[in-house]
Amino acid sequence: MSAVTATPVRRPDRATASWRLSDRLGLGLAWLLGLLFCAIAAAIVIYFLVEGLRYLRPNLLVTNPAAAASETQTGGFLDPLLGTLIIGAMSMAIAVPVGVGIAVWLSEFGRPTGLARVAESAVEMMAGEPSIVLALFGLTLFTLPALGFLSQSTHGVVLGQSFFAAAALLSLVGLPLVVASTREGLQAIPSHVREASYAVGKTKIATTRRVLLPAARPSVITGTMLGLGRVISDTAIVLLLLGGTLTFQSANSVPLLGLLRGTGDTLTGYIYYNAPTGDGNQPSKAYAAAFVLMLFVLAINLGVDFVVSRSRKAVTWK
Amino acid sequence: MNEDYFLEQDRDHEFLEGNRGLSQDQRAELGLGALVFVVVGLLVAMLAFVLHEAWPSFAHNGLGWFGGGGSVDQQIQSLFNSGQYKTLPNYTFHAWPLIWSTILITLGAVAIAFVTSLFVAVFIVEFAPAWLRRILEPVVRLLASVPSVIYGLAGVLVIVPLIGNHVVTQGEKASVTPTIQLSGASLLAAVVILTVMIAPIMIAVFADGLQAVPRGWLEGSLALGINEWRTFWKVAVRTARPVLVAGTVLATARALGEAIMVSMVSGGVPFAPNPVDGLIFFFEPSQPLAATIIRNTEGLSSPALKHTLYAIAAVLLFSSAMLSIIGWAAKQPMRRYGVVP
Repeated sequence: MSAVTATPVRRPDRATASWRLSDRLGLGLAWLLGLLFCAIAAAIVIYFLVEGLRYLRPNLLVTNPAAAASETQTGGFLDPLLGTLIIGAMSMAIAVPVGVGIAVWLSEFGRPTGLARVAESAVEMMAGEPSIVLALFGLTLFTLPALGFLSQSTHGVVLGQSFFAAAALLSLVGLPLVVASTREGLQAIPSHVREASYAVGKTKIATTRRVLLPAARPSVITGTMLGLGRVISDTAIVLLLLGGTLTFQSANSVPLLGLLRGTGDTLTGYIYYNAPTGDGNQPSKAYAAAFVLMLFVLAINLGVDFVVSRSRKAVTWK
Repeated sequence: MNEDYFLEQDRDHEFLEGNRGLSQDQRAELGLGALVFVVVGLLVAMLAFVLHEAWPSFAHNGLGWFGGGGSVDQQIQSLFNSGQYKTLPNYTFHAWPLIWSTILITLGAVAIAFVTSLFVAVFIVEFAPAWLRRILEPVVRLLASVPSVIYGLAGVLVIVPLIGNHVVTQGEKASVTPTIQLSGASLLAAVVILTVMIAPIMIAVFADGLQAVPRGWLEGSLALGINEWRTFWKVAVRTARPVLVAGTVLATARALGEAIMVSMVSGGVPFAPNPVDGLIFFFEPSQPLAATIIRNTEGLSSPALKHTLYAIAAVLLFSSAMLSIIGWAAKQPMRRYGVVP
């Protein structure tokens, strides 16, 4: 096989004067659009950095949103910030075990083949579904009386909005990324590693748990982080299934359970509410919250880069 | 091929230990299989739930659901009221302005983003200096993961006022005043922001595909004296065609289902932009399908409107499912060459 190293074929001193006009135009266009892309990317990053730093005050992070006429009294976004963390943690707590389980089954078992084919395309379809459709599905699911214990109900009518409901549906948003990444990691392990483990008398599941999953850990972590990034950026599910109530509205006074059965908000919901098109219309607050959310996204991206680069340096199978 | 032999060994081993019934492996396989079954079942349940809720709206309107006629705003209002006053539900709904807006915004953004992303991906993979490439790769991934609500915020605070105050003239605003307002929230704004939003997704997929093309194929072409641009364009881009289709389909699905950002910048008026209007066409407000759901969520308490919103969701569900299948099928030829991106 050919070596798939990324050394550029182009030699730097090569003149393009002898090229056809169409080729030169193509190259010029590639440079132009490439640089334009750099400019747009820089503009977006710098714009949110500047606006965010302009409006972000430390007290915004520790006060709750409040209803008030003037912008100085409407408080910060402590609850939405905590909401983002809770939602992220809960969703990934569901998505990671389920996603890893599905990836293991697809890569190590995968029989009957028909079910594997169906499962593969189901996960693919789940990745492509608009989150607004998932949100509407969640609403019908969690307003079922049988699932009423996961949210509030008044006069026998189940509200269907709670941290449980939102996290359950958001885990479906993160799931495909976990499955894809874990599966890729498992498939990158050559079969002789499995055979060596079988040869010393390990069962298949023991091999998976003791050999394959530890070896694929960087992929699992990458998938988890990518999924987390997608989960905390979602707005539609938060608006419909978390209630978008800005502050935590506990269902009852039971400490943790009451909170999780109640409604709340996340940073994305807060930004949507405070954008000029939303009901709050306080752009300065929206900028500050957007800045914090961007920091989360940036941290997740850096985390993925770190894990990927470290796993590349780690021992590779021969 | 030896796998079955080893499985056999495992089973014997456990049998000797006196493990009755299913072996450990069989239990694990059943457990994981059940998990997979549950997730597949959830997807089927989603189809069933959404279609069940949507059925009254489709059944009442028939194919007229997809057609035009009347004002969508008035229809939504009367749907809402008919549920509210417990009168006989009136399901009349003609979604054409919403569908037309979805088509215009999605196709516009995907078309611009496809051309741009292809050139940018080629630039990043082949022609950018090494230092620029090292910066661009993480930046593409960062932009692909920026939440859509942030793009919406940037759109509504920067692009919309820019179009409303500097691009659209007073005369143009006056010419359409009784029907619609040209505030800047428009087709153009939605297409521009959506392009910026989906281009990084496309660039990331395209670049992965282009990078997976074996270097030997390119070197073969260069050895024949064909210049670098032509080599890359005719060999690498052609080989990666399945990936281009797959990436485009992925981005189309994202654009189609984008509710939050588009509802912020597209104007929120269910008006069907008319190409006959000339230049004003691009400044006309509209409201695509997904944005309609998000703007009417408080109407979910009214049964008639709820069924209509689920019908919209069913259309989106069906379209994105079709796109997923196309994307999956498109990726297969590349696998056959042994080139897996």
